[in-house]
Amino acid sequence: MLKPSKDIVLKISNLSSWYGKVQILHEVDMHVKKGELVSIIGPNGAGKSTILKNIFGIIKKRKGNIKFLKKEIITMQPEELAKIGIAIVPQGRSVFPSLTVEENLVIGAYTRSDNIKKDLEYVYDKFPVLKERRNQPAKLLSGGEQQMVSMGRSLMVKPKLLLLDEPTLGLSPSMKKLIFDKIIELNKSGLTILMVEQNARMSLKLSDRAYVLELGRNRYVGKGKTLLKDKRIQHLYLGGVA
Amino acid sequence: MSIAAQLIANGLIAGSIYALVALGYTMVYGILKFINFAHGEIFMMGAYIGWTLHVLWGVPLLIAFPVAMICCGAFGYFLEKIAYKPLRNAPVWAPLITAIGVSIFLQSLAILIYGAQVKTFRTGEVAQGLHILGAIITPIQLTIIIVSTVLMVLLWLFVKKTKIGKAMRAVADNREVASTIGINVNKVISVVFVIGSALAAAGGILVGMEQNLTPTMGVSVGIKAFTATIVGGIGSIPGAVLGGLAIGLIENIGIWFIPSGYKDAIAFIILLLMLIFKPTGILGRKKEEDVRG
Repeated sequence: MLKPSKDIVLKISNLSSWYGKVQILHEVDMHVKKGELVSIIGPNGAGKSTILKNIFGIIKKRKGNIKFLKKEIITMQPEELAKIGIAIVPQGRSVFPSLTVEENLVIGAYTRSDNIKKDLEYVYDKFPVLKERRNQPAKLLSGGEQQMVSMGRSLMVKPKLLLLDEPTLGLSPSMKKLIFDKIIELNKSGLTILMVEQNARMSLKLSDRAYVLELGRNRYVGKGKTLLKDKRIQHLYLGGVA
Repeated sequence: MSIAAQLIANGLIAGSIYALVALGYTMVYGILKFINFAHGEIFMMGAYIGWTLHVLWGVPLLIAFPVAMICCGAFGYFLEKIAYKPLRNAPVWAPLITAIGVSIFLQSLAILIYGAQVKTFRTGEVAQGLHILGAIITPIQLTIIIVSTVLMVLLWLFVKKTKIGKAMRAVADNREVASTIGINVNKVISVVFVIGSALAAAGGILVGMEQNLTPTMGVSVGIKAFTATIVGGIGSIPGAVLGGLAIGLIENIGIWFIPSGYKDAIAFIILLLMLIFKPTGILGRKKEEDVRG
């Protein structure tokens, strides 16, 4: 696999986080190198999505460091992060339902002032179905198509780091495969991705590295394929033999 | 002149005012899920500022009108920052009670400054009415229809075509996701308050030109515009316009059938029926589309 760089794009150290009085994350450490596809797996309630929400400053009660390209971002507001090149595909139906498909995509480039035509074509090229439906309100699209809109919109940010929060949740098997294929494509074209996935087997297969989280703590870390073969992980998260 | 044509004309005139005021309710609700019950008083303030500039100080109406809109827009900006923003994460009733407080405060302030007696824009003779399609419409009434239509078209273009207008719709759809793509939600909320308040002020002066000014003039228009918002579908901009015109028309055509003393009751009856049978309004969003979190 071609993974040219050792530059660290994202470095999370000693991150703790709370929902009200309940502590969700306990001193979590994590990093993502340039060009990597890294996933976070773990059972429900392990705090996987909480990590992404922390990177995006959606959760305010937290402690620790989150550095993006050596810059501390833990104090930044969500709306400042798009500008420095972090995009997120939030969990669930995260399109703007009353905006058309094209408006959804164009608004992804909200913080940019350069020409976005090429990027729009790039997104339509990746997801041709969106071009066909570009003038329809996004609420009329199927769940999978909405997920494509959401991914396309995040690409319009022109991100240096893409965060995916359960990108295949609630999608049909064929749509899951399509979305996973696109994720690989994007990663191969050089995009650095940090992904949270419920589907542990699939994401371990695809990822360069993975972090296994349990009850808000780092449990295991390693190469995706190594973890996939690890007996303890098979037992805990993969439901038997892989 | 035919009675039907006249009632329809009256309905459209009243309806365009309700629509202007309803737009403020619906835009604020769309984004904050909160009814700004002080909105009717901003309408009243617009009328009084316009009156002060034009009648008291002799400023030409063409200048007094936009200046009053700008003043109320600025007031809306500070109202949100001072009274509502600190309550953004409070229980829903907290900003609601605050809004009622602001509304009482502004009414009292108007009484304090201007006194409780009626003020009027009219100085000279009542103008000769124009005969249009069987109805008699005064030049002022014609102005009401034209100016409010122009303002609504401008708003529509703003929301559809401009970057900040699109951001407004995105924030109304999903505030959290909007912030992740770099939309400054606080800025959008401010813009909504400024525009909504400026439109209410425009409505206030237009009504003030035709009728009289009283410190409580915002109450009944506020309630009817609120009804219009519900009828049209709260959160929907075309819904507010449609609802406003509908309330204006029903109210005015209604007095053909029932004594005109009941005119004000009609809006309440419609509000009740709507809340019972179709709470989402004509163009309102279905509940499932409402955004989580």
